[in-house]
Amino acid sequence: MHVALVGTPNSGKTSLFNALTGSRQKVANYPGVTVERKEGAFVTPQGRQVSVVDLPGTYSLRGRSPDEEITRDFVLGRATGEVLPDLVLCVADSTNLRLTIRLLLELKNTGRPLALVLNMFDIAKRRGVTVDVPRLSEALGVPVVTSIAVRKGGTTDLLRLTDELLAPSPAPDRQNTWRPLTVSELRATQREADRIIASAVTLPERPDTWTARIDAVVLHPVGGLLILLLILFVMFQAVFAWAQPLMELLSSGFDTAGQFVHDKLPAGLLQSFLQNGVISGVGSVIVFLPQIIIIFLFILLLEDFGYMARAAFLMDRIMGGAGLHGRAFIPLLSSFACAIPGIMATRVIDNRRDRLTTILIAPLMTCSARIPVYTLIISAFIPPTQVWGFVNLQGLVMFGLYAAGIISALLMSFLIKFFMMRDYQPAPFMLELPDYKMPRLRSIAIGIYTRAKMFLQRAGTTIFAMMVLIWFLASFPQPPEGATEPAINYSLAAMIGQAIAPLLKPIGFNWQIAVALVPGMAAREVAVAALGTVYAIEGGKEAAEQIGQVLASKWSLATALALLAWYIFAPQCASTLAVIRRETGSWRWMGVTFAYMLALAYAASFATYHIAVALGAG
Amino acid sequence: MSEICDNRPHLPLGLARRGYTGTIQHLAASGTSSSLPEVELESRLIELGFVEGARVEILHEGIVGRDPIAVRVDNTTVAVRRREAMAVIVA
Repeated sequence: MHVALVGTPNSGKTSLFNALTGSRQKVANYPGVTVERKEGAFVTPQGRQVSVVDLPGTYSLRGRSPDEEITRDFVLGRATGEVLPDLVLCVADSTNLRLTIRLLLELKNTGRPLALVLNMFDIAKRRGVTVDVPRLSEALGVPVVTSIAVRKGGTTDLLRLTDELLAPSPAPDRQNTWRPLTVSELRATQREADRIIASAVTLPERPDTWTARIDAVVLHPVGGLLILLLILFVMFQAVFAWAQPLMELLSSGFDTAGQFVHDKLPAGLLQSFLQNGVISGVGSVIVFLPQIIIIFLFILLLEDFGYMARAAFLMDRIMGGAGLHGRAFIPLLSSFACAIPGIMATRVIDNRRDRLTTILIAPLMTCSARIPVYTLIISAFIPPTQVWGFVNLQGLVMFGLYAAGIISALLMSFLIKFFMMRDYQPAPFMLELPDYKMPRLRSIAIGIYTRAKMFLQRAGTTIFAMMVLIWFLASFPQPPEGATEPAINYSLAAMIGQAIAPLLKPIGFNWQIAVALVPGMAAREVAVAALGTVYAIEGGKEAAEQIGQVLASKWSLATALALLAWYIFAPQCASTLAVIRRETGSWRWMGVTFAYMLALAYAASFATYHIAVALGAG
Repeated sequence: MSEICDNRPHLPLGLARRGYTGTIQHLAASGTSSSLPEVELESRLIELGFVEGARVEILHEGIVGRDPIAVRVDNTTVAVRRREAMAVIVA
């Protein structure tokens, strides 16, 4: 049996999906497009196996973006490789029925078995919204059921109804009479929806006072922006301060494991492979899991709370000055976690040119994969002193790196607009500002869990493979008998590093950095592990020591700063480039992104290095 | 929901200030400087609840040029730019 969830954005569709399926979820893409396809499974009280798909949120079946087209094609049975759903559940936010009821009236035309789910019914009740469910059901001509997705047992009625509706019935399929609505039909449908709501729903006299009170502060033209900045600042300080103890724990755990292998195995290739290649290589990436969890914790909390749409509102004109759409704020903010979901999230921007600009600059946002590199270099070279009495200097440098990314992204966007899209008219910014909701622990937990899993899978596959490769490059060929120099100086890695080193010398990079940058093309954080491997193998006895201490003794401050500058811009992520190709449908835009970022990276580190040397940090 | 009202001056929502309350009289998508085609702009406005007779109130304004605006439309809140709000005639 197949069930599809349809609803407007912010209807709580996804939390209902989470409540129905728990962690039995499969996330993939629809064939040919990069729209996320979320499928899960549950068993009804009568024992029916039901597979449920969470369709992209939409206000109508017009299909004005790739996401909305998926929803339309899916319920019409036109989507490639998909079966016609046996039941369509239209999910509504009970506090805000107007737009969903209109969508439901449109959905009725498709002839699919249909039911309306009044989600967040508890919140509606608390706000004084009363719904005469039998009357609403009669007026709409479809079954109506209430649910509280976030509460245990809140979906009991829905599950029972699902059983009833999926029971084989002699009633023949109704005809699909759906066609795109004209403006006057759209208006008539909205009138009809309003009439039905007036007959069955009583709204409270006053709107949600909490949302109004919070908005009075966070949407204040000046105060709101200060709050937004403060939130971002707290977020980045937290990434440092909160994650530290956990990271130290993880790091010492991997050290112990490495030492254990070192002590138990005889010296030789296997010992070196396990200790330097596997444990210290993968460990040096996994150690950043706490920071990634904290970033996602903030992003998911703000999203669930309803703040993200407000942030877009506050930033719309400011970003508009740089040629960006207010809706680009959410994709760009997601890019702080990872450019890949960020670039995929640009699908909420329906104007192609706005979307393209956002895609081109999204990789400039400081993604979590840069954190390992930033943290490593900052903690090795920047003292953790307090400035102005309360700000940690390391946190301040981190903040500066993030700011540099943001500012250069805005500048790039301005340049793109100026040179490539001169006749450009900004696309409209139209967005629902949902009522604030208390974020629910369970859905935040599921969100963080899936992201952490993705990160670890990457650490376990791509990064692990890269680590093995790097270890191999750094270990073979083995030094000749009676060699006096460290073993790595005879390896393949040294040859590659030395070959590209002349190119990187003007920006202050030594050949070890050159070696680390090659596998770092696959993913930024690999470079940290690669440096670790390169220096650990080179150092022999120093293997157990912190990579940072090694770096501090081998690099000048100018080199370290140049590498930080390099990492703000460098297009070092094969997956991001692949996603850009897929999303823009052309190699050209991928090439443009790669070239401009590489040029910026080189120029920025060149300038940083030479200024630092001139100031005496060489 | 309140009635269409004739004894107040009609004006585009895009010109109204924070604190303005009124009722939507009609949509006039032609002649706005929105980058959307008229039909598309009108459809989107309707989809977000901007229909004749809906009560609107301007709750918030952005910092640059008092733009965009956050509008209470019956019991939802919608953010739009003034440019598009010009298509909504209120009184």
